[in-house]
Amino acid sequence: MRFYRALLHLYPASFRAEYGAEMEAIFARRRRDASGASAGWLWVQAFGEVAVNAAAVHADILRQDLRYGWRALRRTPSFTLTAVAIVAIGIGANTAAFSITDFVLLRPLPFPGGDRLVKMWERTPGYPRLEMSPENYRDWKRLSSSFSSMAALWTIASNLSTPGADPERVTGAAVTWDLFPTLGVTPRIGRGFSEADDREGAAGTVILSDALWRSLFGAQPDVLGRTVTLDDERYQVIGVMPPDFAFPSRQAEFWRPLQLSPDEKDRTNTYLTVVGRLKPAVTLGDASAEMNGIAGRLAAQFPDQDKQLGATIIPLRDDVPRQSRFLVLVLNGAAGCVLLIVCANLANLLLTRALGRRREIAVRAAIGAGRDRIVRQLATESAMLGIAGGAIGVALAYLTLPVLTTLAPVSLPTAGSPGVDARVLAAAAVLTVCTAFAFGVAPALRLGRNADSAGLREGARGGARRERLRSILVVAELIASIVLLVGTGLLIQALWAVSRVDPGFQSEHVLTARTTLPWPKYAPTEKRAEFYKAVLGRVRALPGVTSAGYISGLPFVVRGALWSISLHGQPEGLADSRSVSLRYVTPGFFTSLGIPIIRGRDVSDADGPKSPFVAVVSESLAKREWPGQDPIGQRFTVAFFERTIVGVVRDVRMRGLEAEGEPQVYMPYRQIPDGYMSTYAPKDLAMKLSVPPGQVVSAVRQIVKDADPSEPVSDIRMLSDIVAQETAPREGQLRVLGAFAFIAALLAAVGIHGLLAFGVSQRVQEFGVRMAVGAQPSQVAGLVLRQGVRLALIGVVPGVVFAYLAARSLAALLAGISPADPLTFSAVVGLVALMTVAGSLLPAWRALRLNPLTALRVEI
Amino acid sequence: MNSEIQSLLPLQPATFHILVAVADDDRHGYAIMQDVAERTNGALKLSAGTLYRSIQRMLEQGLISEVRQRPASHNDDERRRYYRITTLGTAVARAEARRLADMVKLARARGLAPEGR
Repeated sequence: MRFYRALLHLYPASFRAEYGAEMEAIFARRRRDASGASAGWLWVQAFGEVAVNAAAVHADILRQDLRYGWRALRRTPSFTLTAVAIVAIGIGANTAAFSITDFVLLRPLPFPGGDRLVKMWERTPGYPRLEMSPENYRDWKRLSSSFSSMAALWTIASNLSTPGADPERVTGAAVTWDLFPTLGVTPRIGRGFSEADDREGAAGTVILSDALWRSLFGAQPDVLGRTVTLDDERYQVIGVMPPDFAFPSRQAEFWRPLQLSPDEKDRTNTYLTVVGRLKPAVTLGDASAEMNGIAGRLAAQFPDQDKQLGATIIPLRDDVPRQSRFLVLVLNGAAGCVLLIVCANLANLLLTRALGRRREIAVRAAIGAGRDRIVRQLATESAMLGIAGGAIGVALAYLTLPVLTTLAPVSLPTAGSPGVDARVLAAAAVLTVCTAFAFGVAPALRLGRNADSAGLREGARGGARRERLRSILVVAELIASIVLLVGTGLLIQALWAVSRVDPGFQSEHVLTARTTLPWPKYAPTEKRAEFYKAVLGRVRALPGVTSAGYISGLPFVVRGALWSISLHGQPEGLADSRSVSLRYVTPGFFTSLGIPIIRGRDVSDADGPKSPFVAVVSESLAKREWPGQDPIGQRFTVAFFERTIVGVVRDVRMRGLEAEGEPQVYMPYRQIPDGYMSTYAPKDLAMKLSVPPGQVVSAVRQIVKDADPSEPVSDIRMLSDIVAQETAPREGQLRVLGAFAFIAALLAAVGIHGLLAFGVSQRVQEFGVRMAVGAQPSQVAGLVLRQGVRLALIGVVPGVVFAYLAARSLAALLAGISPADPLTFSAVVGLVALMTVAGSLLPAWRALRLNPLTALRVEI
Repeated sequence: MNSEIQSLLPLQPATFHILVAVADDDRHGYAIMQDVAERTNGALKLSAGTLYRSIQRMLEQGLISEVRQRPASHNDDERRRYYRITTLGTAVARAEARRLADMVKLARARGLAPEGR
C-alpha cells in the first residue's frame, strides 16, 4: 500500500489532496478481491494507469495555466513586452557568445578521432613553439612509439596559370604523403598521395580543394589526370578533397607532396608543421615525455644544431591563437554580466508585478487553490516569458553572428563559420530554462508563501525584506554594468592609443600590389631585375603615379624576415640579440612610403652584383651598433656578405602598430646572389598616387602582363587599408563589448528607475502624511533622490573593485593603458551617477507633484 | 447554453458513462466504477486514475457537482464524496445520446447495424 501511495506522488499535489484517499481506498479494495496470481497483474496495471493519468492531469493543468497566463500577460502588455525584450537581450547575447565559443574552443575537429590528433613543435629556450627541421622531424618520427602516424606539411603559395584566364595567386600546402591518413580523411574524388608521389624527383601531383575544383574545372567529375600549372610547373590532378576539408587552414586550396630531400641535413632550418595521431592507449603526457626524451638525445648528439632542444605537444583542437582564446573568454565574461543584469532586472520586474497581484492571488487561495497550484501558475507565466524571450534571443543571436564572426580566427582547420546549430540551440534552451528559473521561480515561491488571507486586507504592503531584496538586485546590476563600462572605456583608450602610433611611414594614397616571381624561372637575380625595371619604368611614367618601388615585404604584411647581423668579421648567426628586419628594395621605395632618408643616399640601380655591397639601415640600428659615431661607411655582415652603410632612414614598425619590432636593414635588389633567398626577392610593389587608385589599377595590371604574361597580380589594396586592418580587430572587440556595456547600463538605469518608481507608489500615503504635517514637496522629492544616490554609492565601491580585477585580466588587450586608468574610472563613476540621477528623476518628480489630499485618499 | 453543449460534444466514452451512472442517483467514485462495469457487462472497466481525472474535468466543466449532503443510508464512509449530475450534465448526456442514436440510424440505413432491439 505504501508503494501505491508513493506512486500517487506522480500526480500534482492538488489532485492528490482531492482524490488520493479515495483512490487508495479503491486500490485496497481491488487488492483484497484479487487472488494470488492476479495480484501481481494488478500492480502492473496500477503502475501503467497512474503514469498515464498523472501525465494527463499535468497536461490539463498546464493547458489551464497557459490559458490563464496568456490572459494575465495580455492584460499588462507593457510589462510583457519589457520582460520579453529583456530576456531576448540576455539570451541573445549569451547565445551569440556561446556560438563563437563553441566554434573556436569547444566543437570537436571535423576529423574522425580528432581528439587523438596532436600538433608538435621544437622547443628551445625562449621559443616554446618552433617549427621542425626536416632532419629532426625524421628522427622524431623514426624514434617515437607514441604515435600511430605522424606527418608534416609546409604552407605554400603559388602562381596558378590557366590558359585563357588571368594568372592567380593561390595558397596551399606541401604535405608528406601520410598527412591525409593521419587526419583520417580521404579525397571525395580520386586518391590520396602515395609514398611514391612523395619521393624526391617524382612526377608532380596535386590534390585540389572542392572550391578550386569548382572554379577551375566547373566541378567536372572527369578532372583526374588533367594538369594544372603552379609556378610554371605542371602537376597532374589525382584527387579532390571534400568541401568541408580545411587543413591547415581554410585558405588552403591545393595540396602537393612535400618531397623532402634526404640531403636536407640542416637542423636549424625549421619550417615544418607536424601533426601526429596518438596510439589509443597513449596519453598526451606519455607522448610529451617520450618526445622530450628523444629531443634530449638529439641535443646530445648534435650539440651545435640541436642545443637545448625540447618538444612541445598540444592537442590539435587547442591550437587556437592565444589572442582568439582570450577574446572569446572576454566575450563570455561580458555576456555573462549582461545575463546577470537581465536576471536581476527581471526578478525585480516580477517582484513588482507580484506585489500588484497579491489580492488576485489571495482570492484564488481563498477559493481553494493550493500553494503549489499558485506557484505553478506563476512559474508557468515566467516560463512563457522566458520561452518567448529565448526564441527572440536566438533570432537576435542569428542576426548578430556575422558581426561576431569577425572575432573568430581564420586559421582554424574547419571550413564552416559560427552558426546557430543544434548545439547552440541546446545551449540557448538550457540558458533560457536557467534564466527563467532564476528570475521566475524565486518570486513565485516568495509570493506563494504569502498566499494567505493577509493579501486581502486593505492596504497590505510588501515588507522591508522584499524592499531589501530588490535593492540588492539593483546594486548587483550596478556592479555588473560598472565592470562592463570600465572594460569598454579601457578598450576605447587602448584603441585611441594604438591608432595614434606613428608607423614610421605615410600610408595615404599609396597603392600596393604583389607580383611573386616564381622559381626556378626567376632564380637568376638579373632576370628579376629586368622584370622590376620593365614594370617600374612604365608604372612611374603613368599619369597620377608620383613614385614607385619594390620591397621584399611591406611593413604589417611581412612581419618577420629576420636575420642576425655581425660586426668585425664575427661569424653571423651567433649573436641572436642582433637580429634585424631584413628587406631588399628597389630605388623609389622610401619615397613612395614617405620614409625620410636622414643621412646618405637611397639604394640605386647601379648597386649591382659586381659593385661594393651596400646597405641602408634604420636610425635605431645605427644608434644601437655605432653610438656616437657616424654610421655612414660602417661595415657589418648580414646574409652571407659584408656590407657598407650608405644611408640611414627613419625607423618603421614592421611588425605592426602594437609592436616595436627590430631595427631595419634594406639592401639593393640586385645584390642577392643568384638562386639564393627566394623569399627575400622583392615582390610587393608600392606606388604613391596623386589620383584615385581606380584610375591606375588596370594600367598596372596591363604593365605586369606585358612584362610577363604568366605573372599574376594579387593583393591590390591601399596601404592605408592595411594599416586600418591593424586596428580592425580592436574595433570589432570594442563594438561588441561596447554594445554589451550600453545594454547593461541601460538595463541598470531601468532597474533603478523601476525600483524607485515602485517605492514612490508604495509610499504615496506616507508622503501624503508627511506633506500634511508640513513637509515641503522638495523635501519629499529629496527623500526619493537620496535613496537613488545611496544605491549608487553602495554599488560603486564593489563595482570599481570588480572592474579593476576584470581590467587586470584584460591587460593583454590594453596596449599599455593602465588597468587602473583614472580617466576611465572617473568617467564611468560619473556616468553611473548620472544614470542613477536620471533613473531617480521621474519618481522624484512624481513625489514632488503629489497632492497631499489625494495621496491620503488613495486607498479609500 | 446550446452552443456550450455543442462545444463539449462528442464526449469521451468515460465521461458519457459517468454521466449515465450519476443520472438517476448520487454516487461516489467506487459506486460509479461498479455501475459502469455492471451496465457494460464488464466491457468497460474504469481505472481509478481515469475516473478521478474525468471527475475533476467534469467538475470544472460543470457537468457534475459534488454533493455536500451525503445520503444518510447504506454503509457510508468518511472518505467518500458523492457526485450529482447538473442540469448542464443532463443536457449534455441527452445531446450525446441523440448524437449516438443518429449515428446508429445512419449505419442501420446502410445495413451496418442490427434492426431494432
